[in-house]
Amino acid sequence: MLAFDFFGATEGGLFDINATLPLMAIQVIALTYILNSLFFKPVGNVVEKREKFVSNNILEAKNKLSEVEKLEADLLSQLQSARSEAQKIVSEAENESDKLYKEALELANSEANASKEKARLEIENQTSSARDQLFKQAEDLSELIVNRLILEK
Amino acid sequence: MFFNHLPTNFAALEVGQHLYWQIGNIRLHGQVFLTSWILLGALLVFISLGTKKMENDPKGMQNLLEFLWDYIRDLARTQIGEKVYRDWMPFIGTLFLFVFVSNWGGALIPWRLIKLPSGELGAPTADINTTIALALLVSLSYFYAGLSNKGWRYFEYYVHPTPIMLPFKILEDFTKPLSLSFRLFGNILADELVVGVLVFLVPLVLPIPVMFLGLFTSAIQALIFATLAAYYIGEAVEEHH
Repeated sequence: MLAFDFFGATEGGLFDINATLPLMAIQVIALTYILNSLFFKPVGNVVEKREKFVSNNILEAKNKLSEVEKLEADLLSQLQSARSEAQKIVSEAENESDKLYKEALELANSEANASKEKARLEIENQTSSARDQLFKQAEDLSELIVNRLILEK
Repeated sequence: MFFNHLPTNFAALEVGQHLYWQIGNIRLHGQVFLTSWILLGALLVFISLGTKKMENDPKGMQNLLEFLWDYIRDLARTQIGEKVYRDWMPFIGTLFLFVFVSNWGGALIPWRLIKLPSGELGAPTADINTTIALALLVSLSYFYAGLSNKGWRYFEYYVHPTPIMLPFKILEDFTKPLSLSFRLFGNILADELVVGVLVFLVPLVLPIPVMFLGLFTSAIQALIFATLAAYYIGEAVEEHH
């Protein structure tokens, strides 16, 4: 049933090689040129343009990122220096106020001591004068008593 | 030589029968050209539709064509190398597309419905003339690629690791086109025959897995043909140190 003439000599056969071969070769060469201008070139242009676009964008983004990082570091150092400066100012002000407070305290203390001393002296004076007066009165009184006793005898 | 509709001759009639065209005193296999024109016409229509309005933001068919382009570029680049793959990409891509479209067209389209006075329509790659033409083009290409890239130094390749290789390398120049053409021809013809015989014996269900296998083989053969062609060209342009 499957009686085919494989090596059919003149007419037909599987290995019948004739002018189909060179014409097919020419057709394939022509197809190469047609596909090159119709398919490979235009699609290649579009794809390569896009690839370039994408890689350019990535490069740009990387540059921007590094710039941002630089700026961030810059700002951070600025922030740090500002912070330390602020700290310095605050501590200076604290010292100043501490000094002022101590001075005021000392002044008030010395004033209070002085007035206390004055009051004490005054009290002492008054006490001694009062005692003197008391002694004098007691003397007068005793004299009076003595006189009266002597006189009554 | 007329088509015989007797079912007992169904399989027998397919093999080695051709639709002859006589032009002057040259004879052509008409069925090969008919199918190749139909399939290549469809391919060109598809490609021109897909590339008509190309945008940076691909849509629809452009996606498919770009995928195809990328696939072919990868194939050419890995086999031929970064330096010259651009020159050969259209040729490799054309080989791939031609073989693929021919194989799949031959397997998918029910050509049997179209009756010819002699022979029958089928995959153009199931004809030995087509595959030899492709294989000889590949041979010419790799010679041309080697000579144009390296000049006479191309022939260093023949004595490359040692001069002992010379006869084998010369032999290779003959076996390369032979194996390329017969591999493709044999695979596609065998697939058509197997499907034909199975359809003749068991017309229902059973041929379907074989048909799927045929589609697989067809695609693989296209890939193999293009890859080997690219490999031969890459081998010819490779610099030995």
